[in-house]
Amino acid sequence: MCSSRRLFAALLGCVALGASAQNYPGIGRPATKAEVAAWDIDVRPDFKGLPKGSGSVSQGQEIWEAKCASCHGVFGESNEVFAPLVGGTTAEDIKTGRVARLNDPTFPGRTTLMKVSTVSTLWDYISRAMPWNAPKSLKPDEVYAVTAYLLNLGRIVPDGFTLSDANIADVQKRLPNRNGMTTAHAMWPGKGLKAGAVDVKATACMHDCDTEPKVASLLPDFARNNNGNLAEQQRLIGPQRGVDTTRPPGARRDGPLAVAAAPTAPSPATAALTLLKKHSCTACHGMEQKLVGPGFKQVAAKYAARNDAEAYLAAKIKSGGQGVWGPIPMPAQALSDTELKTLAAWLAAGAASR
Amino acid sequence: MSKTPDVPFPSGRLRKAPEGFLSPEGIRTVFAEAKQDRRDFVRQAFAAALTGTVAGTAAAQANADGDPNILTLPEHSKGLGQPVASDGYGKPSRYEANVQRRQSPGLTQTTQASVSFAPLQSLFGIVTPSGLHFERHHQGWWDIDPSKHRLMVNGSDDKLLKRAMLFTMDELMRLPSVSRFHFIECGANTGMEWGNVAVPTCQYTHGMLSCSEFTGVPLRILFDMCGVDYKRARYVLAEGADGSSMTRTVPMELVESGEVLVAYGQNGEMLRPEQGYPLRLVVPGVQGVSWVKYLRRLEVGDQPYGTKDETIHYIDLMPGGLHRQYTSTQECKSVVTTPSGGQILLDKGYYQISGLAWSGRGRVKQVDVTTDGGRNWRTARLQDPVMSKCLTRFTLDWQWDGKPAILQSRAMDETGYVQPSTRQLRAVRGTRSIYHNNAIQSWLVEESGEVRNVQLS
Repeated sequence: MCSSRRLFAALLGCVALGASAQNYPGIGRPATKAEVAAWDIDVRPDFKGLPKGSGSVSQGQEIWEAKCASCHGVFGESNEVFAPLVGGTTAEDIKTGRVARLNDPTFPGRTTLMKVSTVSTLWDYISRAMPWNAPKSLKPDEVYAVTAYLLNLGRIVPDGFTLSDANIADVQKRLPNRNGMTTAHAMWPGKGLKAGAVDVKATACMHDCDTEPKVASLLPDFARNNNGNLAEQQRLIGPQRGVDTTRPPGARRDGPLAVAAAPTAPSPATAALTLLKKHSCTACHGMEQKLVGPGFKQVAAKYAARNDAEAYLAAKIKSGGQGVWGPIPMPAQALSDTELKTLAAWLAAGAASR
Repeated sequence: MSKTPDVPFPSGRLRKAPEGFLSPEGIRTVFAEAKQDRRDFVRQAFAAALTGTVAGTAAAQANADGDPNILTLPEHSKGLGQPVASDGYGKPSRYEANVQRRQSPGLTQTTQASVSFAPLQSLFGIVTPSGLHFERHHQGWWDIDPSKHRLMVNGSDDKLLKRAMLFTMDELMRLPSVSRFHFIECGANTGMEWGNVAVPTCQYTHGMLSCSEFTGVPLRILFDMCGVDYKRARYVLAEGADGSSMTRTVPMELVESGEVLVAYGQNGEMLRPEQGYPLRLVVPGVQGVSWVKYLRRLEVGDQPYGTKDETIHYIDLMPGGLHRQYTSTQECKSVVTTPSGGQILLDKGYYQISGLAWSGRGRVKQVDVTTDGGRNWRTARLQDPVMSKCLTRFTLDWQWDGKPAILQSRAMDETGYVQPSTRQLRAVRGTRSIYHNNAIQSWLVEESGEVRNVQLS
């Protein structure tokens, strides 16, 4: 009796806990409040999840110039590293909530402020993913400030404005593209959103079909090698080969040289290029041009004449530095001595890209 | 353009007095050709002869007695080969070095928020080798210590589930698992081609597409363990552990159907780091951005989340200036992968046209192929298995007569949806929507044998 009573109690407990959790004893545990708070950082369009706080346009400008401008430009207009954030919106758009320029096919590109329809999205993404190389390092007040500055660049909030959890809903009402979204399509695989019909109801005609087999668009001959030599991008055996796009179309390719050519040996630059990727050097340095820091070719050119270039560059990479190429510091890099030597030697030898 | 296929000699074919073989007669030919200003020919012929490359021996030395690859036994038939486990994790043949995933030049300005394309033109069947799986990172990839990785399930308010829970990888891998084949396609796949032809090969036109066998736990099991209130919680937010902490909204309907997986396995091994090791969400039929990598948190909610990749990116600009939001389903689509753009056919005669078809709404029901630019179509063979929300391989016999041909494929899924033409799609969506281009692809086979990416009108 006793045991059946215990069983009954256990069954009751099971019902109370939810049957399924009991099916997998020993797996998972409740999350603590602190754990949930540490990770639950999302902010929804209704501002659920938005922490209390505030930040002004001028505070935002200071943070922006130190941490954001190197990629996005001082005015959020830069197209160097990412698509521009600011531009293309008008005072009229702020009134209507629809960005008129989205209807202008001649307007180059679409900025973030032309597209974004919910201000929560800006706050959420700056908070979770910015700055680019140090995500989640901004405190809530700093996120408010950066968001305020960005909105100010788009003239959505005035110069003296302080953005806060108390007034962000009012700012939402001024977002230029707030009315610019629709869910009237057939591509949401759920029932909750207002949906539309499938765009094209095509039929599968089989014979004498109405068609226009006229070539309307193809890659111009001058662009045929834009993606590299296609002969090197296709298998060396089988029914086809890759076209040798280093030569003009239709050029005769005499001889059997393209058949099963042995793979080429890696170039001396390969080791260095691999290291650049491994240590994310390319997050801040372009091969040729400045991104956040100088391009590798620019570094190579600057120190080409120095006899001790390799040792100097190895030391610079290791310790980091500031002021030689601009005000944005390069942090010290944790590379092994062998890796340092490989990179420094590659730079000193001219930073070949292949 | 020359009338005959202008291609390297197929290996194993017997040829008299081959051009690369420096017999006295050959040398005379070389110099005769040189007078006709065929400098490349001279250089290549000498290079082949002097260096004794593999290429030089493959076809050039064939003579009347037969193929030297048969008449002269190769080293591998006469010597001792390599030992077992000489490489603890084997790699492809060195002759396969051209088969690589690649970036498309100029597409992105950083390599951390970028994409590499899978070499579809070189793949067989439906499975993408894990090392060739296309990559899309939003803030660079990581190789995360699985012993420190955690998955949290919580709610946008406390009442949406009975308890917020945490799982270790050990625990997730103890739970009942399933293994299923599914395609994953980036919403921007073929996005460069909305306005006009922009890239040369199917690697770049369609290579943000891969297919794997994924192993993991149906998300429904975890939600049941947490006591999710399915009546109110109709949306799920998935969040990554990487720098971008990518977030996307997924409809609860797909979780309830049992399709959405919390996956750790891919093609028999663990996920590759580039694919989210040790844990990613698998959302069959839905664009890749929702398959959140380095998955650290799932939040159930009562409304969609308007994340960056639902409000600023992955929104489709329509004529009239509205953006479509929450476009997720990858509609039925197909592409001929062989022959395809950037290739050159070796000769006239028999070819097997082969390609891939898929639909985010279920199984592929039929694929038709045309070689005359869409006037007449033939139904292709579908290779088993044909699975839901998975790549399907199709093939068709073809005799190439050496004349120009335009190859296209057109897929139909089990809902009856037929893959549209570029013209039909543009009529509704214009040319600036970037995402979800599932139009019929055209490849022009020229008389030279060269295959080019073209769009028709």
